Amino acid sequence: MANFLFLTHIDYTLIVVALGAALLGTVSGALGTYAVLRRQSLLGDAISHAALPGIALAFILTGSKTPLILILGAAVAGWLGALVILSIVRLSRIKYDSALALILSTFFGFGLVLFSLIQRTGNANQAGLDTFIFGQAATILERDVLTIGILGGLAIIIMVILWKELKLLIFDEGFAASLGFPIRLLDILLTSLLVIAIVLGLQAVGAVLMSAMLVAPAVAARQWTNKLNLMVLFSAGFGAFAGVSGTIISSSTTGLPTGPMIILCATLFVGISIAFAPKRGIIFDGIRQLRNRRSLKLAVSRLLKNPQKESK
Amino acid sequence: MQALNSKAIEVTDLTVAYQETPVLWDIDLDVPPGVLLAIVGPNGAGKTTLIKAILGLVRPAAGNVLIYNKPYVTQRRIVGYVPQRGSVDWDFPTNVLDVVMMGRYGALGWIKRPKKRDRELALHALEKVGMENYTTRQISQLSGGQQQRIFLARALVQDATIYLMDEPFQGVDATTERAIVSLLQELRENGKTVVVVHHDLQTVTDYFDWVTLLNIRRIASGPVEDTFTTENLRETYGGRIAFIKNR
Amino acid sequence: MPNLNLDIILIAVATASACALPGVFLVLRRMTLMSDAISHAILPGIVLAFFLTHSLSSPLLILAAGATGVLTVVFVELLQKTKLVKEDAAIGLTFPALFSIGVILISKHASSVHLDIDAVLLGELAYAPLNRLKVFGYDIGPTSLYVMSGLLILNLIFIIIFYKELKLITFDTSLATTLGFTPAIIHYGLMTLVSMTTVGAFDAVGSILVVALIAGPPATAYLMTDSLPRMLILSVVIGCVNAVIGYMIAYVLDVSIAGLIATVTLLVFAFIFILVPNRGLLAIARRHIRQKWEFAQTMLVIHLFNHEGLPEAHTESEIAHLHEHLQWEPTFASQVVKYALNNRYVSQKAAQLTLTDRGRTIAQKALVQ
Repeated sequence: MANFLFLTHIDYTLIVVALGAALLGTVSGALGTYAVLRRQSLLGDAISHAALPGIALAFILTGSKTPLILILGAAVAGWLGALVILSIVRLSRIKYDSALALILSTFFGFGLVLFSLIQRTGNANQAGLDTFIFGQAATILERDVLTIGILGGLAIIIMVILWKELKLLIFDEGFAASLGFPIRLLDILLTSLLVIAIVLGLQAVGAVLMSAMLVAPAVAARQWTNKLNLMVLFSAGFGAFAGVSGTIISSSTTGLPTGPMIILCATLFVGISIAFAPKRGIIFDGIRQLRNRRSLKLAVSRLLKNPQKESK
Repeated sequence: MQALNSKAIEVTDLTVAYQETPVLWDIDLDVPPGVLLAIVGPNGAGKTTLIKAILGLVRPAAGNVLIYNKPYVTQRRIVGYVPQRGSVDWDFPTNVLDVVMMGRYGALGWIKRPKKRDRELALHALEKVGMENYTTRQISQLSGGQQQRIFLARALVQDATIYLMDEPFQGVDATTERAIVSLLQELRENGKTVVVVHHDLQTVTDYFDWVTLLNIRRIASGPVEDTFTTENLRETYGGRIAFIKNR
Repeated sequence: MPNLNLDIILIAVATASACALPGVFLVLRRMTLMSDAISHAILPGIVLAFFLTHSLSSPLLILAAGATGVLTVVFVELLQKTKLVKEDAAIGLTFPALFSIGVILISKHASSVHLDIDAVLLGELAYAPLNRLKVFGYDIGPTSLYVMSGLLILNLIFIIIFYKELKLITFDTSLATTLGFTPAIIHYGLMTLVSMTTVGAFDAVGSILVVALIAGPPATAYLMTDSLPRMLILSVVIGCVNAVIGYMIAYVLDVSIAGLIATVTLLVFAFIFILVPNRGLLAIARRHIRQKWEFAQTMLVIHLFNHEGLPEAHTESEIAHLHEHLQWEPTFASQVVKYALNNRYVSQKAAQLTLTDRGRTIAQKALVQ
């Protein structure tokens, strides 16, 4: 455990992987803020699971394992999944949670069918596709880092350009519409940005854990600030830090998978934030309540002992 | 037809339906400029829907809305909107000044960020509602009345000619209610038109000079003294059955 | 797979039924995502219990993992109670963390544990019958069939005994509290059953597809009926049909059985979603076309009714003015007038429309509803 502090162990592959994880944490941390604030934390979970058949289909159709093609397939399927969920809720009595669970699990199931089909045809090329289910940060190559950097950077640039509009959309949709902003379009755009962040992360942390990469940094960041811009910044920072520390810890010992390690680091940040954050944190809150109670008690006892003096 | 038409809001034959159930049936409503109008009616009468239809937030099944003789889309900038306080998440990470500044977003248009002038306008609006000392306060730490005040301030910075407000008195303390009323009356004195969805029948005559009684259809609309009659009220609230018998 | 395997069909049917029953209450209580959380979060419980028992089908494992599931629910609720985290985020935080711990435990002890993450997560129904239950040396059938049948019976008994209470907390939690029922007991009872059923099922279908079995059939049934007993029965039937059809297709195509059951679940849902009478997309579309005319006709009579006897009535009731006032296309307006004339709701004199008594009654009825 201790040897991760000795940077001499870090080799080139590790630097690439850590860099990829850091970029990924930044992108998903920043965009996850919006998902958490819109109470759509679990939409990410649905999108990441629904992306699976897209990956399989992209592979079946092109026979290629080029990350960009697989990412494209994942994005299309994930986006479709999100769209289907919203349509089910709009067009029927089925509630959001049921629609989400249904699409998440059945799209994933269809993905598994396609995977088993690929496996059966014995395509020698198929090995590695299932990294998208569990994630394998160790397989991140230079070109993946480049992909994450470019696509993720693009997503963040769009987010910054439309900062004001997206903020208004999340805070007060009705008011945004009354000002003439096309909320349906902005909503689709925001979901698309989320899809980008998710499909970029699939390879590293996998479909199962990807949603935590969106949620955990944002929840941690929320505890430290009451400003949206700082929350996005902190969240990106927590995400990046979780990526790097998770990668380094997992490389220090054998048998510590990277994806889960990154998630645990991010969750640890949440725990620390909820406990210790000033103003909002539990401990701070507890101390404040204790102090209030004590000063109240003090005042009451003084009043009881010395009623005349106090009332003067 | 009428060249000198000076209606601030003109609603003609407006019908709105959610899926199968009609919420508003064939509403005609003329709002003259410079009135302080209350829309009253029982729960489910379609008061909020009427406001939203005027704002173009819900699509009508039929009918038409004109703002100073032009469709809403072209008149957006002269209409200010105060949604229900409960429609937003007050735990959103932002402060009072920032929320009020959102009222400038329409005038700013796409992408452009608020400038110093927008800030000054927002501060001025906060002064108007008596919240100038709360500019950096996180919005989750506000009371109901304070939340309502900053929503009003947000509409004020829009510098509109017509204001549409959805239940601005809901869940506010007596002091805030008085402050809001005098603010609304001041707006009217300055020639603005203010339309308010209102719940409390007791205060209609004190606060407003114009009233619309609504229950899926428009029961009556006009100056308070002529319109706010027992007969109209019975027709709007209790007298649904009597209404059929009488006809 | 040599032949269509009766054992597999029986296991699939038992699993689908056992999952659908508590699923109905999760769907109605808008807590479906809790099953997603539980199914992932029980992994560390499974691993720890496996360390102790070295068996994947021991009852202890189900109990231990069931306890982990309940713990997940408690944890999510505690997080929410801090008011620092909203419900969706609390779920989204809890289960990945617990799942990660499970994955790390497995890979840390990979050499000593013959537990495959793939198997836990994805399951393989084809292998489920291989594990046999032996009594006095006699093979009495696959273990998981007994496990799932046991869980099915347990769920059934729970629902039958607490039917009234379950119904009450599903539709009105606060009323249940005031009537003296303790919703918490029923709530945690239900969550315990969901957890145990999930553990029992993951062996066969894996922890993600179990969500399809819990959410899919009840959601489909919810589209078809308003009655709770009927929804329970329909869910079980749909779950079983999905399982059998899914298995058969998977058998023919030689692909993942659990995956195909999930796919069939989606297809059946889509089928019902589009075709179910009254609430289906098709029914809604057809009704829209029919009601377009009815609606327009009602609008016309109400329009005439509102202006009847008033000074502006003359212009408002002119056919030529309808398109201006109601924003109707002239051709559409004349069609609606024809429709209303046919129904004798209005009568026409030159270009003027007047309401008939029938039309007036319709207008009054529409306005009062």
